[in-house]
This record gives sequence, C-alpha cells and structure tokens, in this order.
Amino acid sequence: MTDYRMNILVCGGTGCRSSEGATLYDELVSLLADKGLEKEIQVVSTGCFGFCEKGPVVKILPDNTFYVQVQAADAREIIEEHIIKGRKVEHLLYTAPETGKKVSDSKHMDFYKKQVRIALRNCGFINPENIDEYVAREGYAAMAKCLGEMTPEQVIKEIKKAGLRGRGGAGFPTGTKWELTRKSEADQKYVVCNADEGDPGAFMDRSILEGDPHSVIEAMSICGYCIGADKGLVYIRAEYPLAIKRLKIALEQARNYGLLGENVLDTGFNFDIELRYGAGAFVCGEETALIHSMEGKRGEPTFKPPFPAEKGYLGKPTNVNNVETYANIPPIINKGSKWFSGIGTEKSKGTKVFALAGKINNVGLIEVPMGTTLREVIYDIGGGIKGGKEFKAVQTGGPSGGCLTKNFLDTPIDYESLTEAGSMMGSGGMIVMDEDDCMVSIAKFYLEFTLDESCGKCNPCRIGNKRLWEILDKISKGNGTKEDLNRLKLLSNVVKDASLCGLGQTSPNPILSTMDNFWDEYLAHVEDKRCPAGQCKAMMQYVIDPNKCTGCTLCSRICPVAAIEGERKKPHEIDPEKCIKCGACMEKCKFEAISVA
Amino acid sequence: MDPIQSLIKELAVKHGRKRESLLPVLQGVVEQERYLSEHSMIEIARELDLPAAEVYGTATFYSFLEHRKMGRFIIRICKTISCSMKGKNQVLLAIQDMLKISTGETTPDGRFSLVETNCLGLCHKAPAMLINEEVYTDLTPEKVREILSDYMKK
Repeated sequence: MTDYRMNILVCGGTGCRSSEGATLYDELVSLLADKGLEKEIQVVSTGCFGFCEKGPVVKILPDNTFYVQVQAADAREIIEEHIIKGRKVEHLLYTAPETGKKVSDSKHMDFYKKQVRIALRNCGFINPENIDEYVAREGYAAMAKCLGEMTPEQVIKEIKKAGLRGRGGAGFPTGTKWELTRKSEADQKYVVCNADEGDPGAFMDRSILEGDPHSVIEAMSICGYCIGADKGLVYIRAEYPLAIKRLKIALEQARNYGLLGENVLDTGFNFDIELRYGAGAFVCGEETALIHSMEGKRGEPTFKPPFPAEKGYLGKPTNVNNVETYANIPPIINKGSKWFSGIGTEKSKGTKVFALAGKINNVGLIEVPMGTTLREVIYDIGGGIKGGKEFKAVQTGGPSGGCLTKNFLDTPIDYESLTEAGSMMGSGGMIVMDEDDCMVSIAKFYLEFTLDESCGKCNPCRIGNKRLWEILDKISKGNGTKEDLNRLKLLSNVVKDASLCGLGQTSPNPILSTMDNFWDEYLAHVEDKRCPAGQCKAMMQYVIDPNKCTGCTLCSRICPVAAIEGERKKPHEIDPEKCIKCGACMEKCKFEAISVA
Repeated sequence: MDPIQSLIKELAVKHGRKRESLLPVLQGVVEQERYLSEHSMIEIARELDLPAAEVYGTATFYSFLEHRKMGRFIIRICKTISCSMKGKNQVLLAIQDMLKISTGETTPDGRFSLVETNCLGLCHKAPAMLINEEVYTDLTPEKVREILSDYMKK
C-alpha cells in the first residue's frame, strides 16, 4: 500500500457490493486510468467497514476521509474534486445526527469512537484478495513467531493467559480446548473452523471471512502446530458465496507463498486446509453435528462426552473453534497475552463482534471491548432507535438467547452478565425491537426457526418445540387461556432439561425471557384478547369513530368482504364478524375516522 | 453410461469414494442438475458402495440438497426476523404475483423455483434473497420486479 500516494478504499463486502460497490469500484479504476493516475493512486476493494447502514462506503487514505452512500455516479466527483483538487466532496460526508454537522474523519464518528477492533482489525483496510496486504499488517508474523521461537506448550500457555474464550456462543476457554486436544494421543488430529453461522441476525463470521480470510488461515495453522495436527478443515455454509470465493483465493495464495503445505517456513511443520461446504442446516453449527456432516452423514448431534478433543472427525482428536475465535489468535501472539487480557472484564477478556440489525439507526458490524454496556452499543454506536421510536427490547444470542428490556440497558456485555440477565452472549447477533413489535410474535418467530432447524433426532426438541409453537400460535390468535401460559412455562423447562444438544437445550429461551420481561403482554393476549403492539392480526379490530365519520361511503365501497354498512352522510359501522382485517378501509379513509382498537 | 452416471463417476474420482466424500458428491450433482433425482441417488449409492437409504437419508436432511425437480433459477428469499421486520412479506407477494407460483413451487416452464430460507446473514441489508449464487439485498417490490424481469430475458 505504501507505494501509492493515496488509497481509495471501497467496501467490497456482500452488502455494499450488492447495492453498488462493484460498479463503483470499476468506475473509480477506469476514471483514474483516464486521468493517468493509476500509478499514483490505488483503488482497493476491502472487506466490510461495518457501517452498513450508509453503504456503500468509500474511505480515502491517508487523510481518512469517510464517504457514505456513494453511488457509481459519484466516482467522477471524488476523483476530480478530492483526488485532483484536494477538496472534500461535502455532500458525500457523513452527517452526525445530533449536531447536523458533517464529519469527515471516521475516527470522529460516534459509530467508531467506542469500538476496539481486534478480530476486525483488517476488515475495511486491506484487499482480502491480496496476501501482500495482509502480510504488510503483521500477517503471518504470529505464525512465524510460533513456529520459530515458541514451543506448542508456550503458545497454549500464552492463549490461556490471554483469557480468550470461544466466540461461537458458549464461551469455553480456547487455550484449555487446545490443551485438551494436544493431550489426546492419536496418529492423526484435525483443526476445524466452524463457519456455519446461521443465527438470525448474525453476519460476523461472514464479514471476517470476506474481509480478512488470512487471519483465520494463520490461526488455524498455529492451532495445528499446537495440537499436533497437519490437516485443517473449514466448514462454511453454502449461503456465503463471496466468503467461499475469498477463502479459496487466500488458501491458494498462502500455498504459493509456502505458508501452507509441506515444511512451512522451513521449520518442518506441515499443514494444509480443505474447505467443506454446508448445505443449509443450522444445527450443523453444533460441533458434533458439524463433524458428522463433514463425515458425509446427516448433521445430527451426538451426546458429549466424548468431546471432539478426544474423539472428533473420523474418530480422531479434533479442535473446533469458530471464525471470530481464530481471528483473535494472531494479535494475541503478536502483542502478547498481557495486552489482550488488559481489555475487557475480569472473566471475559478482549472484544466481541456484534451484528446490529432490526429497528436501529446504524445497522452494521461493530466490535467493542467486553464490559461495554448494551446502552452504549445501542445508543452511542447504534445511534438509537429508528424513527425516534421507543426502545422495547434487544434480542441477543439468536434462537438460544433472550430478549432484554430497557431495565437491562446498563448490563455490561460479558458472558456471565448476559446469562444472568436471562439471555446469552451467543455468536453476536443483536436484533433491536421497538414499541411496534409484539413479543409473543417474536417468541413465535424464533420457535418457527427452531422447528425448521431441529434435526429431529431427540423427542423433546422435535415434539416439544412443535407443541410450544402451537401454544404460542393459539395465544397469538386470541384463543389462549391463562392455563396455556403455565403450560408454556412448564413445557419450556422440560424441553430445556431433556434435549440432547445445545439447540434444544436453549430453544425455549426466547419464550422464557419474553415471559419474564413482558408478562403483561402475554396476559393481555390471553385475558383481554388484545395485542398491545397491534401486531397480532387475529386480535385487531377496526373501528369507525362516529364523530369523525362523514358517511362518504368510500370505505364500504372498497371493503372486499362487504363488512362495512351505513347510510349516506351517516356514520358507518364495521361488522367484526365479517371483517378480514385487511386494513384497506383505514388506508383509504380521508377523515382518519378508522382506527385499530 | 448415461450422463448422470458419468457425472457421478467423475465426482467420485475427484472427491474419493469414502463416506466423507458423500456430501461433496451430492453437492456436485446438485450444482449440475439443480436437484437429486431418485436415479442420481441410487447411482451415487452404487458408486460409493453405500446403501441407497443412507444416501437418501443424508440428502434429504439438508435444505440446499433439493430432491424435487427445481427450476433453472432458484430464488431463496430470507424469511428471518430481521428481513420480516423490513418488509419481506411484500417482496414475497410481489415475486409470487409476478411468477404466478406459491412458495415451494416451480414455474411450469421450469425456469424459476421459489423457496423461503432461514437467515442468509444479510440482515444489515434486509430484506435479502439469493438467486442461485447471486445475492440481492435491500429489496422492495419494485426492485424485485426489475430483477426478475432481467432474469426472464436470460
């Protein structure tokens, strides 16, 4: 990167590329060539910047100018104004919502101020398809250090001291896992990267693989060195075509540079990585299910122990970590465990990547130190709730997690605190909900997801979740009773206690946490047959305000089921028996006389 | 040897004939044929020396390994909560209306299949869908109509 006077970084993550990024990149390159500047100025297609809300994003180095919502048509202005004349293109700069002022340096944006990027250190900085750029930012230095100067025991000790815990959700100490796998004796061991991300609202692993694939390759090699494995496998879901493409390119480049393969860096260490593709099964994110899927079987989990560290892929000791966990390894080796354990809380060290989605102003990808509060994430970084609405809940931990209310906004984000609050860390999806979201419907949604994705092997999960869904469905249709609420709670606990794997053991969490935090809302559904958020169609009732109705007859003419009657110039009425709640009348009424009760 | 048999042989040579080669072989057939017919599953069983029931059991476990005949373009629209919150239903209705098929069906001319899928990990650009391997995000009914008209010309 240093050979160029200026660099134009264009976001090449799936999100930005699909909106405009790809054509924007081509446009910038061809305009630079027209002006004869291609030797001085480089256009780099990078990984995700995280600020997806305002994508496509363009950043100019060295002055750190951050342009948002850039269209291909803006390319000429950027080149002619900024690059040639050195004048910033005002209308493409980010406007801070509180002050209304333009912010040009991303370091001064609220979105980035509180972030600390370790796992995402290279996302948005380097071209993920060029190994030289990774190497220029300390890439493969950690691997060289491990192979050349450290024994496997020393590396494991360093990772244990750093306090890194699994980022896939459960938070098992990574160093301990490696140590266990190292101690299992066998003629063959495996290193596996779990890239089967699938929680609703989660896209952390995809963004890391798209933006910095080499960091995962490097960390897997280090792991191989530590546990004594010469073979790595990445299990990646088929839904991520761009991540697969970039990973393939990265593997090829690493092999060409002698960083993978036989006798890596002349140290006698052999290691290579193979890709395995998922085929659309969420349960394969569970490590035993993932291993069975790689063995060519149905992706069904099995009872633990034995843990994969003793008996994993093809019956051999296997270390399974997720993408984000691996991405943390090289910086720990490079900067030392002391640096890493200095970030975060007592029991949760380092940072965590979160994907912000739902009713939040700045949807996107963020990385914050452990111990940051939910309030800081949602309001300072996330910019608050869309449309100035009221915050209602944030769902963390996907289908295994729970919904936290505003009473929990000052909860620090770490493994223990989130569990104590009734949710969990999970892999990092955060879905923000506002006053318009019905919590019964949200719980029902997550149950629908579990029903789809339950593998069907054990009865509590296969049958129990179906019954739970049916009760929720009954409640949301206005047919629930108070007895149903008790049954819901009881059955939830049975499913949790009796299911075989993590999927079933946690699937009732969205129900239990919404019941705990929004009991009144459940009660309103069963006792008053009312949905406070006005989302459950079956319980909505359209009514005409006789004081506002002028008797224009418009509503009765457009009603598809003739449910509205009334004389001309006299207030009309809706027959609730006939009404199908399509809302057409409310939309058409010119006097705002129709409302939902 | 019919074309399916030679395709399977080719895949078996490439990926090996061990049990762990089964998924790559199944995926290879789906890539070419877009679905796994009974005939292909039996041939895979023969080639890898596995019981046909095992092949069927494995294939039907995975939602991306279709075992019904699929169209040339498989539209997978994300039905996850973050896409639902941002108007996925209107987009789905627009697609159904345009192609005149319901979710889970294939157009009579064999060009389009429409399925709903769980989270695609594109929640920051919701609603999202995949058409084969192409990603489409920030969908609106208008945008999806435009995208589909382009595909109809292909």
